[in-house]
Amino acid sequence: MKVFVIGLNHKTADVDVREKFAFNGPKLEEGLAAFKEIPEVQEAVILSTCNRVELYANVRDVDKAAESIKAFLSAFHNIDRRSLDNALYIYDDINAVRHVFRVASSLDSMIIGEPQILGQLKDAFELALEKKATGFLLNKLLKKAISVAKRIRTETKIAENAVSISFAAVELAKKIFTDLSKRTFMLLGAGEMAELAAKHLISNGVKEVMVSNRTYERASELAKEFGGRPVRFEEFIQEMIRTDILICSTGAPTYVLTKNEMQKVMKDRKQKQVFIIDISVPRNIEPGINDLDNVYLYNIDDLQGVVDANLFERQKEAENAEKIIEEEISAFLRWQASLDSVPTIKALREKAEEIKKEEIEKLLNRISGIGEKDKEAIEYMATAIVNKLIHPPTVALKDGSEDKDSMVAIIRKLYGIDSEKIEEK
Amino acid sequence: MGVILFELALTSYFAATIVSITELFKSSKITSKITIIFAGIGFIIHTASIVYRYLAAGHIPVTNPHEATSFFSWCIVLIFFILEFRYKISLLPSFIMPIVFVLMLSSSMLPREIKPLSPVLQSYWLGIHAVFAFLGNAAFAMAFGIGLMYLVQEHYVKSKRLGGLFERLASLQTLDEINYKLITFGFPLLTLAIITGALWAESAWGSYWNWDPREVWSLITWFIYAIVLHARLVAGWRGRRAAILSIIGFLTILIAFFGIKLLEKGLHVFP
Repeated sequence: MKVFVIGLNHKTADVDVREKFAFNGPKLEEGLAAFKEIPEVQEAVILSTCNRVELYANVRDVDKAAESIKAFLSAFHNIDRRSLDNALYIYDDINAVRHVFRVASSLDSMIIGEPQILGQLKDAFELALEKKATGFLLNKLLKKAISVAKRIRTETKIAENAVSISFAAVELAKKIFTDLSKRTFMLLGAGEMAELAAKHLISNGVKEVMVSNRTYERASELAKEFGGRPVRFEEFIQEMIRTDILICSTGAPTYVLTKNEMQKVMKDRKQKQVFIIDISVPRNIEPGINDLDNVYLYNIDDLQGVVDANLFERQKEAENAEKIIEEEISAFLRWQASLDSVPTIKALREKAEEIKKEEIEKLLNRISGIGEKDKEAIEYMATAIVNKLIHPPTVALKDGSEDKDSMVAIIRKLYGIDSEKIEEK
Repeated sequence: MGVILFELALTSYFAATIVSITELFKSSKITSKITIIFAGIGFIIHTASIVYRYLAAGHIPVTNPHEATSFFSWCIVLIFFILEFRYKISLLPSFIMPIVFVLMLSSSMLPREIKPLSPVLQSYWLGIHAVFAFLGNAAFAMAFGIGLMYLVQEHYVKSKRLGGLFERLASLQTLDEINYKLITFGFPLLTLAIITGALWAESAWGSYWNWDPREVWSLITWFIYAIVLHARLVAGWRGRRAAILSIIGFLTILIAFFGIKLLEKGLHVFP
């Protein structure tokens, strides 16, 4: 009974290799079924995302399992064995547990702390549960991995700060304005990044959206897309009086908004705060505008700087996360060790003794007027019954037959001696 | 008894101050709760100590520097809790509790005995004038703290280095609006304090205005806050300028409160 991990990720394999290994769409169910069929594999889960493909298993013999799983992968994806060996990593036991915990907590991700991986892992786990591909070990492992990830999310700042330009822009907007849903937003120009940031901002709820562009038709088109109102390019400065947040990305070779113009705008809007994001290269907004009171101008480099600083912060937080993971690994290993036959026999015996004692006490409290001898007889009988009852499971556990692991699991379940119960979904 | 209550309140405020300062360096939900609990305990005991002194002296305890400073601190904590319940501005305790503690500490070092009231102070104007003046000034003290928070937060946003307290400080607009609200709350109170003071002066000395240093400094303070409000309404002075003015305003109050007493021999009996 060992946790086993085999897989590849963005660090060990390029995208063209990852593509070949991916279990996409119907291939996932098919692959899971075939993976579970391998004799050495007792439990199976497949996690397949664009950055990683990983197979989790409960195996008895690590080397044998590695061989057969590799053979399976090579056959299933039609890949030659050599390129397979180059890309794959294999972990077992403690290292495998650590790896799964780190993946779930997004410490192994391309962007540390990104939230998607946990959802993907949950999906993979759910599919495996649905297909009855997992058992007590992987169920426990994955549930633990999910709770570890959540613990890390709340106890460290690993996912706290924005690590993309558009997230950083929204985060800043929230630190300038009290309530975005009362603010007016204008998109000036177009472009992938500007539109992404605009979408993100709008999805956070702004009161009003305006879109301006050199060509009015384009402005109308985009306005429709964003649920806003088109504004003629010649009128955009006039509209700045009502605009609280501006994202600018035009192809203009010079400034489309100068400090002097902005100064007038600020006077007309009674100095109310304005947040301007200039994504254009070359810049379209005169940089000196940032010196005006209540105007906050960020260009693409400024935002990138914010993102870089946040990434650095996350890296530092990752160290705390690793500590939590080490703690949780030892807890998991302790649980796993308790599943061995010897501690199980012991636990079974303790449980039986406990029941016996309780029942004898109850009986003796109810009946009175019996002598010491009778008491002894009662105790003797109780002991005999208990011993006879737990004898067969004890023998079965001591036997060391090849199905020992499942035997342990079944006995623990039947006698209710698992303190940390594995709740089946 | 009065002494014990006062010392206990001072100790609680001290604890709140220490915890609130550690919060600046390491955030956690527990520390901010502990701060509020210490401040709350301090406030309850402090209230008891003021009530006790009121009963002992038979009049509102603001007639010597010790009492006045203590009462002023009490007003600040009162307004702090009102803000805390209404807006829950994160990190506000870290900027306010140290001010409260320093004021209470200076109060603790001033002579505490209750002396017979001088005839001038034996007037119903005492309570009215003092409550207006202290509540108004406490609102300005709060505006001072919020103004500092604004300047810190604005520094992060303008300099584009979003480390430190950026994450935890409230938005610029929020801080600016609360600063404004506090000043609109404090200004009428200050105005009423000056008017009641003048009426009192008339009944005590026969003249509404005596160019006493305390009167002059109050007038200066009044003008500063009048400028803050006027400039905001007419020219849209908000944000950094409003924050700086509210800081200057409060420093003027401190001069009026402590500075003069050290220099002058005016008519205005303490406070």
